[in-house]
Parts: sequence; C-alpha cells; structure tokens
Amino acid sequence: MKIVAKTANEAMAEAMRQINPDVVAAYPITPATEIVQIFSSFVHDGLVDTEFIAVESEHSAMSACIGAAAAGARVMTSTSSQGLALMDEVLYIAAGLRLPIVLCEINRALSSPINIHCDHSDTMNVRDSGWIQIYSEDSQEAYDSVIQAIRIAEEVFLPVMVTADGFILSHAMQRIEILDDEDVQKFIGKRRSPYNLLDVKNPKTIGPLDLQDYYFEHKYQEAQGMMGASNVILNVAKEFGEKFGRYYGLIEEYKLEDADYAIVVIGSTAGTAKETIDEMREKGEKVGLLRVRVFRPFPAEEIRNALRNCKKIGVLDRAEGLNAFGGPLYMEIKAALYGDKNLPEIFSFIYGLGGRDIKPHDIEETFKKIKDGNVEKINYIGVRI
Amino acid sequence: MPIDLKTIAKTEQLFTPGHRACAGCGATIILRQVMETAGKNTVVCFATGCMEVVSTIFPYTAWDVPYLHVAFENAAAALSGVEKAYVALKKKGEIKEDINFIAFGGDGGTYDIGLQALSGAMERGHNLLYICYDNGAYMNTGIQRSSATPFGAHTTTSPAGKKIPGKLQWRKELTEIIASHNVPYVAQASPSHWQDLMEKVKKALSIKGPKFMTILSPCPVGWYYPTNETIKIAKLAVETKFWPLYEIENGVHRITVKPRKFKPVEDFLKMQGRFKHLFTDENKWIIDKLKEEIDRRWERLLKLEEAGL
Repeated sequence: MKIVAKTANEAMAEAMRQINPDVVAAYPITPATEIVQIFSSFVHDGLVDTEFIAVESEHSAMSACIGAAAAGARVMTSTSSQGLALMDEVLYIAAGLRLPIVLCEINRALSSPINIHCDHSDTMNVRDSGWIQIYSEDSQEAYDSVIQAIRIAEEVFLPVMVTADGFILSHAMQRIEILDDEDVQKFIGKRRSPYNLLDVKNPKTIGPLDLQDYYFEHKYQEAQGMMGASNVILNVAKEFGEKFGRYYGLIEEYKLEDADYAIVVIGSTAGTAKETIDEMREKGEKVGLLRVRVFRPFPAEEIRNALRNCKKIGVLDRAEGLNAFGGPLYMEIKAALYGDKNLPEIFSFIYGLGGRDIKPHDIEETFKKIKDGNVEKINYIGVRI
Repeated sequence: MPIDLKTIAKTEQLFTPGHRACAGCGATIILRQVMETAGKNTVVCFATGCMEVVSTIFPYTAWDVPYLHVAFENAAAALSGVEKAYVALKKKGEIKEDINFIAFGGDGGTYDIGLQALSGAMERGHNLLYICYDNGAYMNTGIQRSSATPFGAHTTTSPAGKKIPGKLQWRKELTEIIASHNVPYVAQASPSHWQDLMEKVKKALSIKGPKFMTILSPCPVGWYYPTNETIKIAKLAVETKFWPLYEIENGVHRITVKPRKFKPVEDFLKMQGRFKHLFTDENKWIIDKLKEEIDRRWERLLKLEEAGL
C-alpha cells in the first residue's frame, strides 16, 4: 500500500493499470479524457498487457467492448455525458448479453445546453439499461469501487459502471491509498466470462433473434441477475473491507439514527452535507444524511430501514427528471417508502445542474425548508428564477 | 490451387440449411460460398439485417461457426473487439488456433448506418474481413432506399411516382471509399461468378490486415423478379458492366472478369420490376444517363488498371 495524491481520473486509471484488463476500447470525452489518456500511456510504455482500441466513437467503444467480452476477455472502458448517451443502444445490449464489462464513468451534464461540468443526468439517463451503478463520494471510493466492480461484474454477469463527479472529483487532487499490484490481482482473481466466442471447436451463436416465445424469459433472467446483485456487491465489499480496511455498503447512513430531518444525496455532495450536518448537530439540530452508493440495483429495503424513523426527508437530485413530478432519485426513494405506516414527508430538491456548486449554506437552507415545510412541489437550490 | 467444384462438393456446410430466408435469396448463396472458402476456424459477426434475422431465430441457428450479433451499425466495431480479444488471449498462450474474422452486413448496415464503424475498423488496421452483401436497399424492413440503391430504381421510400420516377441519386462507390483507407485488399464480387468470388475471399483471408468486399446480392422480393432468376440476374449485372468484378490489392486496380462481349444494360434492367417504370418515353432519359455513368466508370477502371494504379 502506498499513499499518493491523485485525482479521481488518475485513481481510476491507476485501478485499470492494476487490473490489467485484456482489452480496453475507449473514446476520449471531457472530463473523462484523462482516464483514456493515462491508460494509453500505460499501454505505450508497456506497463499493461492490454490491447487498447482507440475507437472512432463511444458507440463503437461499447460495441468493441461487447465483442471482446463475448470473446472471453476481461474488458474495461471509460466515458462521460454525451459519450454515455451515444452508447445508450449498446449499453442495453451489453447487459442483455450478460457481459461483465466495467465502465469508469465521470458524471457530466447532458446537452442541451452543452455543458462540461458535473451533474448526474448522464447516468440517470441509463439507469434502466441493466447496468449496475455505483456512485462515488470521493476519489478513494472511485478507486476502490473500480477494483470491486471487476469481481461483481464477473460474478453477476452484468456490466458495472462506477461513477465519479466530473471536475469535482475527476480533477480534484485527494489523498488516496493505492493497493499493491499483487493485492489487486489477487483480489480480482482469474477472469470469468459467460461465453467464449473464440472456441471454434464448440461454436455458439451469441445475440440471436428472440421472438414472442423467448424474449420475455431472457429478460426475466436478466432481471433475476440484477435481483441477486445486491448480495454479491455486499459480499465483495465485505471481503474488500476485511482485506484492505475500507468498508462500503449499498447505502451510507450518516447520523441518521435519531435524525428527525434527513437529506438523501448521491456522489460528492455527501462530503459537503456531512460537514454541514456536523455543524448543525453542534447547534442541536437533529439532522442526518443518507447517501445512495449503489443506485442499481436499487437498495429499497435498506433505504426504507434507514429513513423510516425520520419525520421529513428532502431528496436532492443532481438531475432534472423533466417530468413535472420530481427528480429520479426522489421518485424512487418515495416509492421505496410507500406503504410504511408512518410515512415521512418527502420533498424533491433539484440542485447543482451543469456544475453549479452546492455549499454548506445551501444545505443548511434546505434543511430549514424541509423542517418548516416551506416547500414547493419541486424545489430548486441555487437557481435564479 | 484454383477452387474447383469437386473440392467444394466435399466441403462441410458451415452456413447450414434450415434457415428462413426467402426462396431465391442471393445473400444465402453468397454466405455459403464465403463460408465454404473460410472454413471451420472462422468467427462471424453480423449486422442486424435480413441474414441475421433469418439465420438465428432462437433457439435455432444456421451457423456452425461461432457467431455474434450485436446491433445494426456496429458489426465492424464489435468484430474489432473480438479480434483484439483474440490478439490478447493468443499473446497469453490461451488460444493456439489461427482464426479468420469475418463481419457481414447488408448495404444498410454497411454503406449507411454502419459506415462510421466500418471506416474506423479499416483505419485501425484490424485483421478482419468485412463483407457487404449489397442488395441495393433496406430489404429487411421492406425495400427502402439506401445509398447503394441504383440510380432510377424504385424502392418504397423512392417510389416510381407520378412526379419523381424512383431514386434520382447515384449510388455511393463504397469500394473506392474503402480503398481510400489504404487497406491491403478491397474487391467486388458476384455470386454468379462463384469461382471469382471464392478466390477473392481466399485471397482476402490470406492477407493480414483489414480487408473489404462488396458482393452483389440479388433480391427477388426487392428487385421484383421470379425466384429462379437470381443467378441469371447477377450474371447479367456483370455482363452489362453494371457490376464490374474487380479488386484493389495494395492500391492497384485489377478487373478480374472481363466479359468478351458486353450486353446492353437494358437486358439487366428489364428483368426487374424495380426498373419497370424506366421503359417509357418520358423516363428513357434515366436509362440513357445510367448507361453513360456505367460506361464512364468502366472506362475509369480500365484506365486505372492500365496505369497500374
């Protein structure tokens, strides 16, 4: 183990070097460009055995990943925002074919207007694509989650995207503990793949046409894969924690136990929220935080157990649902709590779109609104109206 | 050694009967000819389209080689990944065999929606052969125009209407476009000239690097002709200069089949319902223009060949 200063981009690229995948097919896009760039230099300096495919688009990046994974290789890629949107069609196919691909995703707003800064509209857009989604609070977690993602993907046979907030994490230097190369290799183990297209002696047809008589069954099996993923994620995290001392769950509860008022966030905002909560607690406010780390599969039960004793909850979405109802996280949190006898009041807050900063003051204000019930149908933090 | 019928007769079928293609389908004949040449150690990747649909309806498959289908526009990209996985795993000693990699797409998946992925794969230099079966329209969705649809042809999105008599744009010269990627081997073939086609596939697979072939694929449904005339029409396409059989090896053009006597293009056109509307006084100009263009292209090919270009 060594301690270094690295951005999330550098940390994720470092995890990729240590994983040493068979094939990486990727296309650069701000703010994830560095991952591809750094990894290319690993390839050109002979630090990895990886075959790197510098494709001509993200659509081809994911297509090549699918081809390589179907051929039995361990496969990784990286992208952000428009790149992920361009991959959309093939993301579904990667999941439908049950291919264990790992994607390092840097969260960035979707056009239009074009913007290069952080929000979660890109990954929320593909939340139902059959990919496991793990969001990071900081660069250390991004690094750790990428290593765990290999194990998860190859056990569940579903692809995994690990995300980190654009610029806020991707370009901010943080203290990170880097594991030893051998420890990473030992932890991820020998690759496991569902098919081997290169076995010419046992030819298989992969990606056939399913009609009314089989499509449903195959989709059901895929859904079952997602259903079982939570346990795998927790087991892998437990093993990681026991070996390396950093523990992760599907969600993270922060001072929630006796909290009357809670907010729910995803990603780096949790750091700011924790600071604010500490300060508010000192003033005697009973406030807490729930951070959703794994958004797919959606940990509904864990969320319900964590939030059910709160009086009022504000769900902070860094993505607009554009549905005139609420942000995507809000809707699912609300659905997760529905049916509880003493259902807390739940409000939707939208914040941070296009990289707009969220400050401790904003979070304190939000708690105040939640407490006073001074809320609209959808509340916007820090927007000029 | 040249490919002969006696050898072919003994070859194992790798694209097997029982698929659900239409009677008289040109593409299935092409697939058999290609696969008989390529042999067992071949991995096939297919673009969405007629042949993908008819050959792999779960739980059945017509393929006796490993086969992958991902989507419509990305066969070249997906096969790029397969080929690189092969390189990676071979390097590690996990695979011993030499394997051919062949991607197939129709003209929709190749000339149009898949052109970017194809161009990328050609430029990156993967060791694979991309074969386009070119039936000159989106036959899988019901005969819509593509950029391979010939000038004057009727399709359901370029119908022979009262005001606009079919497609009035020239087909894209994809063979030349791919040759401009400086790839080692590009060729055009026709299932009517099976020996020429199979020799080209054989040659392509013997060359390392990206290779590309476009093969004319008559379609009784989309070209509106009786199902027993597929090969006759394919042959006429060659004999009328409509579909020249040539190859570009390391940048040098060579016409591989030069008919001793050419037939008028009307012989090819009049057999097909998609050109029926051209045989009227007011549309005669379309045939004239088509003839002019066919001659210009043929002369150009001859000049390139003579000049050793």
